[in-house]
Amino acid sequence: MTGRVLLSLALLTLAGPAWAEMPGTCRVAEHQIERDFALPHVMRAIAAKELEILVIGAGSSLLPGPNGAKNAYPARLQLALTELLPGVTVKLTTDVKSRRTAAQMVKGLVPTLAASKPALMIWQTGTVDAMQSIDTDQFKAALDHGISLAHSAGADVVLINAQYSPRTESMIALGAYAEIMRWVALQQEVPVFDRFSIMKLWADLGTFDLYSATKKLDIAERVHDCIGRLLANLVIESAKPDEPHTEGGRQEQ
Amino acid sequence: MAPVSTERDLRLDLFRGIALWLIFLDHIPSNAVSWITIRNYGFSDATEIFVFISGYTAAFVYGRAMRRHGFVVASARVLKRAWQIYIAHVFLFAIYLAEIAYVAHSFDNPLYTEEMGVLDFLQNPDVTILQALLLKFKPVNMDVLPLYIVLLLWFPPMLWLLLRAPSFALVSSALVYALTWWFDWSIPAYPNGVWVFNPFAWQLLFVFGAWCALGGAQRLSRWANSPVVIGLAAAYIVFAFCIAMTWYFPRLAVFVPHFVAEAIYPIDKTNLDVLRIVHFLSLAVITVWFVPRDWPRLQSRIFWPAIVCGQHSLEIFCLGVFLAFAGHFVFTEVSNRLLMHVIVSVAGIAIMVAVAAMVSWYKRVERQGPGPRPPSIKPGYAGGDA
Repeated sequence: MTGRVLLSLALLTLAGPAWAEMPGTCRVAEHQIERDFALPHVMRAIAAKELEILVIGAGSSLLPGPNGAKNAYPARLQLALTELLPGVTVKLTTDVKSRRTAAQMVKGLVPTLAASKPALMIWQTGTVDAMQSIDTDQFKAALDHGISLAHSAGADVVLINAQYSPRTESMIALGAYAEIMRWVALQQEVPVFDRFSIMKLWADLGTFDLYSATKKLDIAERVHDCIGRLLANLVIESAKPDEPHTEGGRQEQ
Repeated sequence: MAPVSTERDLRLDLFRGIALWLIFLDHIPSNAVSWITIRNYGFSDATEIFVFISGYTAAFVYGRAMRRHGFVVASARVLKRAWQIYIAHVFLFAIYLAEIAYVAHSFDNPLYTEEMGVLDFLQNPDVTILQALLLKFKPVNMDVLPLYIVLLLWFPPMLWLLLRAPSFALVSSALVYALTWWFDWSIPAYPNGVWVFNPFAWQLLFVFGAWCALGGAQRLSRWANSPVVIGLAAAYIVFAFCIAMTWYFPRLAVFVPHFVAEAIYPIDKTNLDVLRIVHFLSLAVITVWFVPRDWPRLQSRIFWPAIVCGQHSLEIFCLGVFLAFAGHFVFTEVSNRLLMHVIVSVAGIAIMVAVAAMVSWYKRVERQGPGPRPPSIKPGYAGGDA
């Protein structure tokens, strides 16, 4: 952990002009983002000046309250992309409902994909499967199936893993599910947005107090805002035509 | 069959004690100190050490009982041990319920609405508690004791076979392991899925430990001490270390050839992946090479804390699970600074050692007890449990 903290502090000082729009609090976790795999459909959509995104997910893609939808990360992602891609129309549809396992989300996926025809499907999953200790083989099969459905509908995929939730850590065994997501992503050549490590780093550095018991929404909203911005960067970096994606490394310069 | 030494091998207690400490450190979620534990540097972790040594000591203790007093008496003792472990498991479950009932009452955060759903089972305790008593509902990190119970229930016939035809017993255990992989045998869990540690697979390591205790270790020693085997073991440990580094530094993953990744992933802990067994065996070969049985240092004070913990493994294992709950509680309620991680980890191990010393003292006093009683246990194995 100490190594990671030092590394991220070092990276903070190296942060380049491309990141100028992002608040420092979010940027702390920037090095967690890997740009290992390209997003060719997104690349073409950006070139065609119209980017359609579908977010499917469960409860951790939502925020409660009247402004929940506006402040949750899908809407923040849309806003950040609109800012970062001047001249491109960014449309976003969501299919987000709490307490859904990966298999349950895949069930309604074909009509959802047909309706919105996205260039990118962002898929947040893993938490509910871990909570219900769904058979890991079934979880893996659902991930594989969902990704191939998206691919055959002409959409790139980005996976988002579980949140880091320190209070419930001794009750939800996320490990095996996170590993399967990483492995499926590697096999299918799909980027993973490692939300867990990013939030863990924020907690370790004291950026956000994720332990606090509160009914207030302020921290939750800022966390979602940062996730939306970091996701936007992942999408844009992965869709850059002229950059080698396997190295992913602005940091290595 | 080769003659079996009657003196207890202190290395078993030493490494089981260390395994218990590592399990404790690993069980505190997000514990910064757990980066020192072996699971971060290779495929296997402390669970393998614990299961193997438990098999070894079970055969050592109950094998002697079976030779002296016959199958029925020895089996009765094994089953009594299984019952004790069951009671310990239920006791830990009660503590777990208390912890999460507290969290359910005191914690609220709009960021974690979804995650708090894990507490829903508190709303129907009738089902949950029954399923826990049936060992089908097992909270996080409470999977080792149920595995141990099943392994012991199965142990009397296995021990009988091991005493008569050790090689046949080991081969049949390996066959069960292979069939488990072939046919996907498993034990269902509640509400979904299967047991985190599949007993049909993990029995192999337990039986292998027992086989080693009953003369197998001597037969293997010629192999285990050959430079070729030691070299291969060292090479495999280095390989596993390099792969493990890619988990923490994803940037390194590009150096892992695609066919290697295809071959090794996913590394299945539930069914005791072959990669994990080989990693454990490699560690064992290297350890035995560095630490011979008659190593004089084993008697020294430095190793006493680990040895005394290893000698009372059930008590200390349960204490470790409890302390891990308590440690996580301190992180959430008091402080989550790095210093607190170190304090909790060190204090937890100190408590484990202190309690082990107390249990040791208490058992000695009980044995001396009022009135004359013939000493039933040899000094070399005093204080050791199965």
